[in-house]
Amino acid sequence: MAATAQRPLNVNWLPVVLPAALLALWWAATLRSPDGLIPQPQQVAQEFVDFAGLAGHNDSFSGTLWPNLLASAERVFGGFLLSAVLALPLGLMIGQLPIFRRMLDSTLQVLRPVPVTAWQPLFLILFGLGSKTALFLVTLGCFYPILLNTVLGVRSVEGRLLEAAAMLGVSRSAIFPKVVLPAALPGIFTGLRLGLGFAWVVIVVGEMSGVRTGLGAMITDAREVSRTDVVIVGMITIGLAGFFSDQAVQALSRRILRWSPRHAGADR
Amino acid sequence: MPALIAERVAAADATPAEPILKIEGVYKRFAVSDGEVEALRAVDLTVAPGEFVCIIGASGCGKSTLLRLVGGFDKPSDGRILMRGRPVTGPGPDRGMVFQDYGLFPWLTVRRNVEFGPASRHLPRAEIKAIGERFIEMIGLTRFAGAYPHELSGGMKQRVAIARVLANEASVVLMDEPFGALDAMTRERLQIELLSIWEGTGLTVLFITHAIEEAILLADRIVVMSPNPGRISAIHDVALPRPRDIASPAFNTLRRELGALLHGKED
Repeated sequence: MAATAQRPLNVNWLPVVLPAALLALWWAATLRSPDGLIPQPQQVAQEFVDFAGLAGHNDSFSGTLWPNLLASAERVFGGFLLSAVLALPLGLMIGQLPIFRRMLDSTLQVLRPVPVTAWQPLFLILFGLGSKTALFLVTLGCFYPILLNTVLGVRSVEGRLLEAAAMLGVSRSAIFPKVVLPAALPGIFTGLRLGLGFAWVVIVVGEMSGVRTGLGAMITDAREVSRTDVVIVGMITIGLAGFFSDQAVQALSRRILRWSPRHAGADR
Repeated sequence: MPALIAERVAAADATPAEPILKIEGVYKRFAVSDGEVEALRAVDLTVAPGEFVCIIGASGCGKSTLLRLVGGFDKPSDGRILMRGRPVTGPGPDRGMVFQDYGLFPWLTVRRNVEFGPASRHLPRAEIKAIGERFIEMIGLTRFAGAYPHELSGGMKQRVAIARVLANEASVVLMDEPFGALDAMTRERLQIELLSIWEGTGLTVLFITHAIEEAILLADRIVVMSPNPGRISAIHDVALPRPRDIASPAFNTLRRELGALLHGKED
């Protein structure tokens, strides 16, 4: 009940089993070809250290982890926030007001299947070569998960709670902030979580043409000079960045949705 | 009819005090795929202030429909419902509803749920707090004031739901099989608690149940409804002194009579 509910220290080895097995498989498969197309794990590990600027090699990728990660993170979080600012109010309105639903639903359903990659050429023309295009592609990528889950959250508010509020004397205009919005929060958080996850997917596509910085740009550059080790380092970096930003959103939702049995505890 | 209980026709019912609630010639029809269903036909009922009225009937007799009409969640197809002489047009804080599935706001603590009505009326903070404390104490959940609904048992949730309408100064409490989802022991405890709250506050209670025993234990009057179409088939005064002894012969006699009325056989 108290806010200081103790969480057990999680020294569980189960999550490590699969990565360790994959690593072993990779190591075994590349054991006999130290100069093959696919680098060995230890080569990638060395490259990672150098990439982070800790090895003191002096190739063009040395020490570029932080500026590239920072550039990508800026676009990911910038695009994500912009998307949330647009999708949340729109989703709340579509969920709450039938007139908005009637007006927008079919248009959105037609636009939704169009993938971000298909929009990219058009975005390049509209916003030019550069980080603006990458940022707006991220915005677009986050948009539908946030929007649709917000709409769903609003629409799945239990009728019973609306009746309870009316019975307690809540006026029509106060129903939305006092009942609909808090009841929709779990849906909204699901949308934000999916959206942010998608942002890290989209950023690589967004950075593959027209920008010089960012993890996507770095992967593209590395591919062109056949530095597969750098490509893999970039992949791992994106994976970890996505993982940690997801953890942050989950921690936030556990705090805010402490009342919700589905969110209060960790989902283990 | 045996002499132990006085049976009267609803329309002839003469309550001594000015009625707090009057149901006059109420019909409710629902459209269904092949026409119309008459859920309620010609329902008349007058409830005096402070009265504890139980409505019993088999499922489909329209007892929940009737309660929802009084609550203002639905409108009668015909007839009218008067609350202190004024027609009911929608839900309102004067008629507090206690739902079988509680209807608590899951994102609010016990305290905030109980304070919800007063807070919605923008009372001064100190007053809201005092009201909250008073009613949480009344239901014996002071220790759980900071808990969220999902952390409570069913019985505790229903206590909170009752405190919530009391804190909102409901003068009539509408209860739709409120203890139907609870285990037998919890149900008994809550029945006793409800009676003591009712005796201490002068509330008017309209209580729906399908359990005959529960109705006899609680009610001043028992309204028996029957289905197809839903209507009032009998009204019984319960003249047994309180606190009532469910093992007494009089209690059992009444149970048998009502059972016969409800099921068409001896219970």
